[in-house]
Amino acid sequence: MPGHVVSVRVYAGVFLALLALTGLTTWVSYFDLGPMNTVVALAIAVTKMLLVILFFMHVKYSSGLTRLVILAGFFWFAILVALTLSDELTRNWTPSPAPWSILLPLIRGLL
Amino acid sequence: MADTAIHNAHPSGFAHQFEDMEQQHEAGSLGMWVFLVTEIMFFGGLFACYAVYRALHLPAFELGSRLLDVRFGAANTAVLIASSLTMALAIHAAQTGKRKSVVMYYLVLTMILGAAFLGIKFTFEWRHDFVEHLVPGFGFEVRPEWGAVGQQVPMFFCFYFFMTGLHALHMIIGIGILTVLTVMASGGRFDEQYYAPLEVSGLYWHFVDIVWIFLFPLLYLIGGHYAMAGGH
Repeated sequence: MPGHVVSVRVYAGVFLALLALTGLTTWVSYFDLGPMNTVVALAIAVTKMLLVILFFMHVKYSSGLTRLVILAGFFWFAILVALTLSDELTRNWTPSPAPWSILLPLIRGLL
Repeated sequence: MADTAIHNAHPSGFAHQFEDMEQQHEAGSLGMWVFLVTEIMFFGGLFACYAVYRALHLPAFELGSRLLDVRFGAANTAVLIASSLTMALAIHAAQTGKRKSVVMYYLVLTMILGAAFLGIKFTFEWRHDFVEHLVPGFGFEVRPEWGAVGQQVPMFFCFYFFMTGLHALHMIIGIGILTVLTVMASGGRFDEQYYAPLEVSGLYWHFVDIVWIFLFPLLYLIGGHYAMAGGH
């Protein structure tokens, strides 16, 4: 038979773990942890994602080639986020000296 | 026909360009994952955009997040996780050679849970947002109590509707795929040797589940609910 058969017991365990983590992430969001709120929420989300990918999507039992393709996908996504944010968060925002609307009389005069 | 004897020696659903069913199974999964990687980049653009605008307008995004109802988001997460379990069990039933009615039972259950998710999303959440004037472009009202950041709250709701909307579109497509699978299962198309359509559709369904696993904390949770723990 092709493919690996995951036992119903493992599926049920993963399902319960995902429900518990959903409850945990909701509960934690009611506490003020400062910037750690975002870190904890994303850490729990990544844990849940790994459970789904490894067991529900059978990647724990799949070939190295398939795993490489998946890792390459996430790596590419990491490049997208990292390079975008490295620009956005390190920009020296120049304050606007005046709203653009002060130019309107000038523009009207030219027309 | 000389080929007939050779053909009959193979299990149903076997394509002749492959060495064996194992190789065919792996090729199918790999192909589906290549498609899912494009989906990661598809949703990834929205997630990256969300990260940038959240960094630029953090107070408005936290305020917008507090206007969403966490109970609906959490309930929908549970419904979607349950649908992933029933999808996995449908594949398990085919893998272990259960009767076709068992496979169909789990597929229909997955569809019902998927429809329940969309029902909660559209009839409770989105309708509620519309009544509260929180839909940009459809009578959005900036409330005075939001203060200086109020003008940027529509930006949060644009992200909310585009991200959950794109996710909901994927769910609708998924339910369509499940309908086809149920018809195929009723025709006895799947067995222990050949269940590739179930496997790759399962990968798609679980992927859509993963997108929601990230949308739930990003949209509903990291808005500082502790700030309103006293009253609401």
